[in-house]
Amino acid sequence: MTFSPRPGAGPSRDYRFPAVERATLSNGVTLAVARQPRLPLVTLLALVDAGATSDAAGLEGAASLTARALTEGTRRIEGGALALEVERLGSGLDASADWDDALVHLSVTPERLPRAFALLGEVLTEPAFRARDVDRLREERLADLLQQQVEPRSLADDKFSFHLFAPGSRYGQPADGNSDSVATLDASRVRAAYAARYAPTTTTIVAVGDVTLARARELAEATIGNWRAPAAPAVALDDSTRPEGRRVCVITKSDAPQSELRVGHAGVPRLHPDYFPIVVMNALLGGLFSSRINLNLRERNAFTYGARSAFEWRRGAGPFVVSTAVKTDVTAAATREILAEIERMREDTVAQDELELATAYLDGVFPIRYETTQSVAQAIAIAKTFGLPDDYFTKYRAAVRAVSAEDVRRAARTYLHPERLLVIAVGDAEAIRGPLEALDIGPVHVETSTT
Amino acid sequence: MQIPVATHRLPNGLTVVLSEDHSAPIVAVNLWYHVGSANEREGRTGFAHLFEHMLFQGSAHVGSNEHFELIQRAGGTLNGSTWLERTNYFETVPSNQLAMALWLEADRMGALLPAMTQEKLDTQRDVVKNERRWSVDNQPYGTWWERLPALTFPPEHPFHHSLIGSMDHLSAASLEDIAEFFRAYYTPDNAVLTIAGDFDEPAALALVREYFGAIPRGAARPPLPPMDLPERFGTWHRATVEDDVMLPRLFLAFRAPVFGSALHYAGSVAAAVLGMRKGSRLYQQLVREAEVASDVTAFTYDLSKGADLLVVDATARPGVTPEALEAAVVAEIDRLCHEGAHEDEVARALALIETDFISTMQSAGDRADKLSMFATYFGDAQLVNTQLDRYREVTADAVTEFARARFGADNRASLMFIPRRSGAEGA
Repeated sequence: MTFSPRPGAGPSRDYRFPAVERATLSNGVTLAVARQPRLPLVTLLALVDAGATSDAAGLEGAASLTARALTEGTRRIEGGALALEVERLGSGLDASADWDDALVHLSVTPERLPRAFALLGEVLTEPAFRARDVDRLREERLADLLQQQVEPRSLADDKFSFHLFAPGSRYGQPADGNSDSVATLDASRVRAAYAARYAPTTTTIVAVGDVTLARARELAEATIGNWRAPAAPAVALDDSTRPEGRRVCVITKSDAPQSELRVGHAGVPRLHPDYFPIVVMNALLGGLFSSRINLNLRERNAFTYGARSAFEWRRGAGPFVVSTAVKTDVTAAATREILAEIERMREDTVAQDELELATAYLDGVFPIRYETTQSVAQAIAIAKTFGLPDDYFTKYRAAVRAVSAEDVRRAARTYLHPERLLVIAVGDAEAIRGPLEALDIGPVHVETSTT
Repeated sequence: MQIPVATHRLPNGLTVVLSEDHSAPIVAVNLWYHVGSANEREGRTGFAHLFEHMLFQGSAHVGSNEHFELIQRAGGTLNGSTWLERTNYFETVPSNQLAMALWLEADRMGALLPAMTQEKLDTQRDVVKNERRWSVDNQPYGTWWERLPALTFPPEHPFHHSLIGSMDHLSAASLEDIAEFFRAYYTPDNAVLTIAGDFDEPAALALVREYFGAIPRGAARPPLPPMDLPERFGTWHRATVEDDVMLPRLFLAFRAPVFGSALHYAGSVAAAVLGMRKGSRLYQQLVREAEVASDVTAFTYDLSKGADLLVVDATARPGVTPEALEAAVVAEIDRLCHEGAHEDEVARALALIETDFISTMQSAGDRADKLSMFATYFGDAQLVNTQLDRYREVTADAVTEFARARFGADNRASLMFIPRRSGAEGA
């Protein structure tokens, strides 16, 4: 049998991110439409500047509960009937809040678009927030928090945020709230949160798929255009961190066969002049399968099923964090390797070949990310949330390609801080405490997972 | 909506499915091997999945982990997955990189074994053991997906044993096992190659012939033991598991007709009526009205051989006993059997299924995967274009009839997770 030589790439074909057309409704709601008529499908997404960072101290989780309660019934339609009515259109009506925004979205075939717009408008402008529905959603969140005590992945994430951010920062508590804050929430608090944040001027409607701007505008004007509410002020962000230097916190989960590790510190806000150098640097450090951290921990040492690093993008400075789960007896060794890779990233100037691993990937994968109406709608929403420029998507690939090895080195030296790393290990404290102390990377303290 | 489908067969038995769509400069390559955990021999649970990991460890002309690197450098995404009755490998790449994706798949189909070493096997064995710890052993309820098939398929049945495998069996896997499995199952006549997206049919077919054409056909594969099973369990199987969890969670399974059969579509709609989204019977009654469950869903495994499973998955609200949870689920099942399904709830289920299907067909990778599935299980990729019609033929009467035939007490299996008495540290 003979083998053909390894092939090269053919000539590349042009790709354009779907053109986004915008309009403003008579009451100030922003409308953004991207036409993608390939399949009979339209995604509608409503974006409101009412994310978790708008929660008052002690009421963490209110924004999330408010968003989820939007789809639990309107003044005209009770919650169970609303679910049935939306689903007869072939879609769920999913609502949630992340750090910066509340989101409601649904996807329907084009002939169902008028009714979909009407229902979206109704949940956005006339939610009922009946006490029974709000109470039930609150109890479901409390049940999640209860379960989380034995679920090491989200426990590690939440403990990392708690120990990283200053007590006054909203980022130190889970976006969906903690057990104390959620327990205080009820229909009146949800109504207050809604009244404070939901308004035409803080709302954007995105429509993507088999739809034109004219059609979307006509339907939006008819269903949302009459909504009136006072404008909401901008949210004050506090992304300050605790002052401690490098330290280790072990969270007890007895008999755990693995340790969930989180290693990191504060990152930078999403709207940042060094965004592209940071993204490329992180891809090489731990963002790709073939990244330094994953190849070291998984393919060289077999400590784990996978390891990755990420800058979490928010309006404020979210975390930079390396996440992995390693066999208990290599917890300290894996931590040492993660620290070494972060140090090495700062010291090296990456070779052109390694640099291109990230730049070619991020450039090439761009069209693959936007195959669906849902992903295009999400991208348009993200651009709105962070105030990205109108030409962001058309310039993205060139911006990635322009990142140099020197940019990567500068990003690593400026935005990776080995002396400030916080290490969270959720696992068998008895087994991992000693080896972590022996690493001598900072003070080690142990806490139990129950709240 | 019509997905274009052209099927070719190479002289060595490789099925090639082509589906052109030039709306974006993207192409998906998707390869299904008709082998899964069902084909594992005694004492080698988890081997089909461990083997999948070895396919990323290089082949005669590709270095260890180079497959991942070359595809990512090409601007593509990739992975593989193992299931009870198949293993798939897939890449989505910019359309000018089609040749690279095909060449990489051909090199490992044609010449995997020269690259296999003990060191690579030992490393991937440890990676897979960590995957097991991460997804099964250190996750609340993580063992459900090996306990449920064990409860619902007889011990000698190929779907009975664990897909991720036991630690002991993973430890026992050898290079000889790798060679034997590769020669038996990773052959062109046991595979379907689908290309979907932006490509030129004659040029793509020429590449496929060049890269795959010389790979020899396999010898006779070890046959699967008889898979057929009675329509019902014949009894109510029960298992209770004390686990490191805070809330009771019930998996209530029913034996169901195989994927693709006439009755499968009625079963799939019955599952949607019961537990697809917030408008479903179980969600409305258990979560919204009675407030005994914090979440509930229902789904089918979609197994194409022997028998399928239809599963209700319900998690209790705090303070609700396992007995109360099960009673509430069973009451809804019984009510569906007694009262029958209504036209409007079937219409809701069909509308959801239709939108989900169209949504899935947006992505070249998902389209390719569905085409490979129909070609692998039924020898006909065109079936993708008949699915919505087959669903639309399902009436409320058909759902009622299905429920009465399949949801009775002689066809139930309850897998109940309960908090460990000593271990759970209260709220």
